[in-house]
Amino acid sequence: MEGANSITKKIDYIEFTLLSPSEIRKMSATKVITADTYDEDGFPISMGLMDPKMGVVEPGLRCKTCGQRVGKDKCPGHFGHIDLAMPVIHVGHVKTIRDCLRATCRECGRLLITDKRREEFLEELKRCDETGRSKHYVYRAVIDEARKVESCPHCGRAVGKIELDKPTTLRENGKKLTPSEVREWLEKIRDEDLPLLDINRNAARPEWMVLTVLPVPPVTVRPSVTLQSGERSEDDLTHKLVDVIRINQRLQENRDAGAPQLIVEDLWELLQYHVTTYLDNQTSGIPPARHRSGRPLKTIAQRLKGKEGRFRSNLSGKRVNFSARTVISPDPNLSINEIGVPIKVAEELTVPVRVTNYNFDWCKKMLIQKFLPENAQKEYVPGVNYVIKTAGNIRRRIKITEKNAETMLEKLEIGDIIERQLMDGDLVLFNRQPSLHRMSMMAHRVKVVPYKTFRFNLCVCPPYNADFDGDEMNLHLLQGEEAKAEAEILMKVQENILSPRFGGPIIGGIHDIISGCFLLTHKDRKVRLDKASYLLAAIDYKGDLPIHVDENGERYVYGRDIFSTLLPKDLTMKYKSKVYADRDTSEAYVVIKKGVLKQGTIDENSIGAFKGKLLDRILRDYGMDAGREFIDKVTRLGIAACTIFGFTTSIDDEDIPEEAKLKIQEGLEEAMEKIKQLIHAYENDELEALPGRSPEETLEMEIMKVTGKARDMAGEIAGEHLGLENSAVIMAKSGARGSMLNLSQMSGCVGQQAVRGERIHRGYKHRTLPHFKKGDLGAQAKGFVASSYKRGLTPTEYFFHSMGGREGLVDTAVRTSRSGYMQRRLINALEDIRVEEDGSVRDASGKIIQFIYGEDGVDPARSYNGDAVDIDSVIADVKGEI
Amino acid sequence: MAVDTSEIRKEIKKIVGKKFLPLKIIDELVEKSVKENLTKEQIRELVKRTIEIYERNLIDPSEACGIVGAQSIGEPGTQMTMRTFHYAGVAEINVTLGLPRLIEIVDARSIPSTPMMNIYLKDKYRKNAELAKKVANQIELTELNEIAEIETDLTDLTITVKPDKDTLNKKGLTIEELFEIIKKMKKISAEIRGDEIFIALDEPSYKNLLDISEKLKLLKVKGVEGINRVIIRNEPGEGYVIYSEGSNLEEVLKIEGVDPYRTITNDVQAVGRVLGIEAARNMIIQEAYNTLSEQGLNVDKRHIMLVADIMTVDGSIKAIGRHGVSGEKASVLSRAAFEITVNHLLDAGRRGEKDTLEGVSENIIVGQPVNLGTGAIQLVMKREKMKRD
Repeated sequence: MEGANSITKKIDYIEFTLLSPSEIRKMSATKVITADTYDEDGFPISMGLMDPKMGVVEPGLRCKTCGQRVGKDKCPGHFGHIDLAMPVIHVGHVKTIRDCLRATCRECGRLLITDKRREEFLEELKRCDETGRSKHYVYRAVIDEARKVESCPHCGRAVGKIELDKPTTLRENGKKLTPSEVREWLEKIRDEDLPLLDINRNAARPEWMVLTVLPVPPVTVRPSVTLQSGERSEDDLTHKLVDVIRINQRLQENRDAGAPQLIVEDLWELLQYHVTTYLDNQTSGIPPARHRSGRPLKTIAQRLKGKEGRFRSNLSGKRVNFSARTVISPDPNLSINEIGVPIKVAEELTVPVRVTNYNFDWCKKMLIQKFLPENAQKEYVPGVNYVIKTAGNIRRRIKITEKNAETMLEKLEIGDIIERQLMDGDLVLFNRQPSLHRMSMMAHRVKVVPYKTFRFNLCVCPPYNADFDGDEMNLHLLQGEEAKAEAEILMKVQENILSPRFGGPIIGGIHDIISGCFLLTHKDRKVRLDKASYLLAAIDYKGDLPIHVDENGERYVYGRDIFSTLLPKDLTMKYKSKVYADRDTSEAYVVIKKGVLKQGTIDENSIGAFKGKLLDRILRDYGMDAGREFIDKVTRLGIAACTIFGFTTSIDDEDIPEEAKLKIQEGLEEAMEKIKQLIHAYENDELEALPGRSPEETLEMEIMKVTGKARDMAGEIAGEHLGLENSAVIMAKSGARGSMLNLSQMSGCVGQQAVRGERIHRGYKHRTLPHFKKGDLGAQAKGFVASSYKRGLTPTEYFFHSMGGREGLVDTAVRTSRSGYMQRRLINALEDIRVEEDGSVRDASGKIIQFIYGEDGVDPARSYNGDAVDIDSVIADVKGEI
Repeated sequence: MAVDTSEIRKEIKKIVGKKFLPLKIIDELVEKSVKENLTKEQIRELVKRTIEIYERNLIDPSEACGIVGAQSIGEPGTQMTMRTFHYAGVAEINVTLGLPRLIEIVDARSIPSTPMMNIYLKDKYRKNAELAKKVANQIELTELNEIAEIETDLTDLTITVKPDKDTLNKKGLTIEELFEIIKKMKKISAEIRGDEIFIALDEPSYKNLLDISEKLKLLKVKGVEGINRVIIRNEPGEGYVIYSEGSNLEEVLKIEGVDPYRTITNDVQAVGRVLGIEAARNMIIQEAYNTLSEQGLNVDKRHIMLVADIMTVDGSIKAIGRHGVSGEKASVLSRAAFEITVNHLLDAGRRGEKDTLEGVSENIIVGQPVNLGTGAIQLVMKREKMKRD
C-alpha cells in the first residue's frame, strides 16, 4: 500500500571484501578497553563492551554516536574495536595463509616461481576467464610448483617447509612461526603476485588475515537480557569478548613489564584461543569455549551456520503476519476451491482497504455494521479492526471498539486505510507442510464458518497429502491487489488440478465419492423416483430425465441417467473401467455418447485423481472451471448416493464359507509339504542351485516363491467368495480404498513376513524364537503367517508380524529424511533455471542449459500425460467432422 | 503393408510450412494418417489442429521450470521405498533400486553401489549357445584359486598349482594357457609337470613363499577386472544375453562378439568416460526414469531431462549438491545459504566476489522480488501520463 506511488529501490550488487585494520579503526565508534559491561548503578561503562557509543538496546535510550533510539528512528548500532596487544591468526583464513607462505619467499616475498612461469600462469587464468572454466586447478598448480622449489629464484634464499599444525600454528621446517612473523612475511608479498594466490588485491591483503585489531559488533547484535530477578544475562558474543579483552590486557601488561618470554608466549596463545573460539567455536582440535553452565557458546560462525543459522532460518525463511493455523476437517458440501474459515480466525485476519471517493459509503458501512442492532443476531458480520490515519509524517493506527466506532465513523475521511475483517469470497493461500510441490500451497475462496477448524472438500486431500487425523494447516491472507490478482490467475485450486509432474489430474474423486458413483452406475441400478429427486437435488439439477415404470407400477430412473446430468452435452468417449480391467467384454467399457452414459460403471478410472479419464477429458476440453464444477457435483452426488443406498463395511464383510476355509487350509498344508520337501532336498544336498547362487540362497528363494504362491492361492479362494455385493470388495475393485490384497489378508492368509526382503532369520542362536527347534528352516519358524487377520494370529505369528511392521516404520522414518535432503539439493541446483522469451532454458547467469525446453518446448502440465498433442483424439474429431 | 509414407510426409511438411512441429509429432502424424487412411482434406485439418494444440501447450516464458522439475522429482521421492536390492530383469542379480538408486544417480557417484551390465552380443554370437558361453568366459573374472588348488611346500619352498580339470574345461582353458599366465609373474620360474604347474622361487624365503602364494590365489586368469559374476540367459526374440554383476565398460567393449551399440551398464561415470557426455546424459535420463517408473511413479521425462542437462552442461558429469552444481553457482549468498556457509563467506571476502543478485536465493535473502515467473516482469505504470490522458 505504501509503495503504491513510490518505486522501491533495488540492490544492484553486493561486494564482499576483507576489513583492513585501518578500515576497522575508521568505522569504530569507540575503542573498547574494559572487560566490564555495567557499573554498580547499572549504567554502561564508557569504553566498555556495552558503551552506548556502539548503539543501545533499551527502548528510550539514545545512542551516543548517532543520537537516535532503537525501534522507531532505527539506530542500526555501530562497531567498536579492540586493539590486540599482539597479532593473532584468523582461523577462517589459516589455510590461505599457509598457501601464501608456501608459495612465497620469506626473504623477498616474491612467488617461488620464475617470472616466465608466472606470466604463463597469468595467461592460463585469463584463458579460464574467457572459457568460464574453474580457476581452482591453476591456483593449486601454482602452489604445488612453488612447493617443489628448493631455493628462491629471485633472491636465492633456501625455501623452508611450511606445515600447518591445526588449528592455528604454522611451522617453517618444524620451527614455530609466531603470528607477528607470519604477518611480516605476508606484508612482503607483492600486489602483482596476489592474483595467482586467489586473492583480489582490491578486496584484501594477505596480512589482513592476521588480526591486529578486532572489530566489536554493535550492542544491537548482542543484546543483553534482563531476567525477572533483575539480573542481567549477557549474550554469548559479549561473554567471549570479555575473555578476549581480559587476556589482551594481561598480555599487554606482562609484555610492557618485561615478563619472561615464556609467560608472554603462553598468554599470546591463550589470546589466540579466545579469538579463535570467538570466530568459530567448533574449530576442530581445540576444546569449545563453554558457558558457566557447561553449554558450548554460540559464537559468530555458529550464528550463521546450519539449519537454525542466520542464513537458512532468518534470511532464506521469513516470518509473516496475517496468517493462521489450526486443525483441518472435511466438508463435502464446500466446493474444491473454497475453504471454511472459523469465525475466530476471520475476526483476527484483516485486509487493508484505502478509503476513496468510490468506496466511501461501503467503508462506512463496514466500520459500523458489526455494532448495528439488526446484525446482533447474525453469526458473523465482518467489521473493521483498525483505522489508519496519516497526517503529515505521522501514522496513527486506531483500534475500533464498540465505544469509539461511532466517533470514528464521523472522522473517517478519504485517504484513510481501514483494516477490514475477513469476508466470504476473499482469496487466501492455504498450505500444508511439508510443502513438497507447488500444489502444497493453493488459493481458496473463504467461507466463514462456525467452530474452530479449517474445512475443505475431500478431493483436495491428495495435493496437500492431508488427512484428518489431527493434521494442521496454515492460511495466509493476501494483502495487496497485485498478490490477489496473481493468486487468482495462477494459484486457485482449479488451476492446479492438472499436475505438472505428469500432465494428469491430481485432484479427483476419492473414497466414498467413488463408491457412491459406483453404486449409482453399476449394473443398471434403478432409483425410485423419490430417491432420485433427492440425488438430483444434491446436484441442483433442473430438467427432465427419462422415467421408467416397472411391473409394479413403481416409477424409477436409471442411476446412469442421473450421472449423465453431470456430463457436458457434446461429450463422446469410450474407455475401460477399473472394476473390469481384466475383462474384455462389453460391460468392461464405459461408453459415453453425446453427454449420456450409455453403459459401463463409473469408478476410479473415470473420476479418480491420477487415473480419471473422464475427469481429464472434461478438464482439457471444457476448461478448468467446468472441471471444478464437475468435481464439486460428483462429490455431492457420490456422497448422496452412499446416503440413500446405504454403504457400510464391517468385520463380516470378510466372512467366507466354511468350505472355503477348509480349502485354504488344504492349500496351505500343501505348501507346507512342498517346503518340507525343499528343506529335505537341501539337507540331502539334492537341491540344484540356481546359477550363481549358493544352495542356501536357492532354498530361501524357492521357499519364498512357495509361500508367495500360498498366499495368492488363499487370496484367490477367498476372492471367489467375496463378490461385488460386498462393500469391502466394492471399495477395493472400484478404487475407492484398499485393495484385494488387503481383503485376502483379512479373510484368507496374511502370508510371509519379511525383514530386509528375506524371511525372518535373526533372533536367538540358530532359531528365531525359543518356540522352535534349532536349525528349523520350516515356514512357521521363519515368519510365515498362515492365519488371517480375521481369525487372529498365533503368538509367534504376531511377533513376526510386528517385526515386519517395525521395519516398515523405520523405513518411513529414514526415507523422509533422505528424500527431503535430496529434494533440497535438487531445488538448490535448479532453482534459478527458467525459460526465456526465446524458448531457451537458462540459469541465473544466462548460461544456456537447453535450447528448447524438454526437447519440444511443451509444458508438462499442459501435456497429455507427457505427449504434446493427443493425436488420436484429434483424428477422431476430424474424422467425425469431415 | 509397405505404403509409401514419403508422399504423406511431404504433404504434411508442406502444411506445417513455416510453423514448427517437433519431429516426433510429425512422425506420429504420418504414421497415423496412413493407418487411418485419411483423405487429403482430413490430413490438412488434422495438421492444422495439431499445430494449434501444440502451440497452445507450449511452456510460458519466465516459467520456473527448474523448481517445478526439482519438485516433480523430489515429491515422489517421499513415496519410494528404501528397500534396496531387488531383482532387475534377471532374478539372479540384485540391483539397488528405489530411493537409494535415485540419490545415487543425482549424486553422480563414481561407482554405483551395485554395478551391473547388460551385455548384448553380435548376431553370430547371440544365436549360438557355445559362442555366447565363450564370450561370457572371457568376461567373467576368474582367479586362480577358483580353478586350481594351490599347495605350498614348506620344506623346499616351492608351490604346486593343481588345476581342476572339469572347471578348467568349463572355463575353456588349457593347462598350457594357464602356464603362460603364471609364467608372467615376477620373481618365479614355473614349469609344467604333467597335470600340475610347479613353481620355484627366485629368492626362496618363507616370506616370499607366503607373498607369492597369496598373489597366486588372486591371480587373474581370465576375464575382466571388476566383473565378478555373469549369467547367460536366452531371451525370446533376442537370443543369448549376458548379464553381469560388476561393471567395466571399457574392457567389455573390447571383447570380440560383444555388440558395442547395445551393451549397457548402470555406471553413469563409466558411460561418460567411454561413450561421451551425450551418452551420459541419456543414461541419467534412462536410469532415473526407469527407477521412478519401476516404483509405479509417473514423472514427465522433461523434468528428468532438465536434471540430466544441468548435470552435464559443461561437458563433465557434475553431482547435484555442494560438490557439483550448487558449489559452482556464481552467487555467494546462494552458496552460503545452501551449505558450508562460513567458508563461502570468507573465501568471497578474500576474492572480492561480487554478488549481482540474479538468482532466487539471493533475492529472497535481500528481500527483493525474484527473477522468475511474475517476478521477472517489470511493468511500471506512468501515473503522470495517465493523469494527463
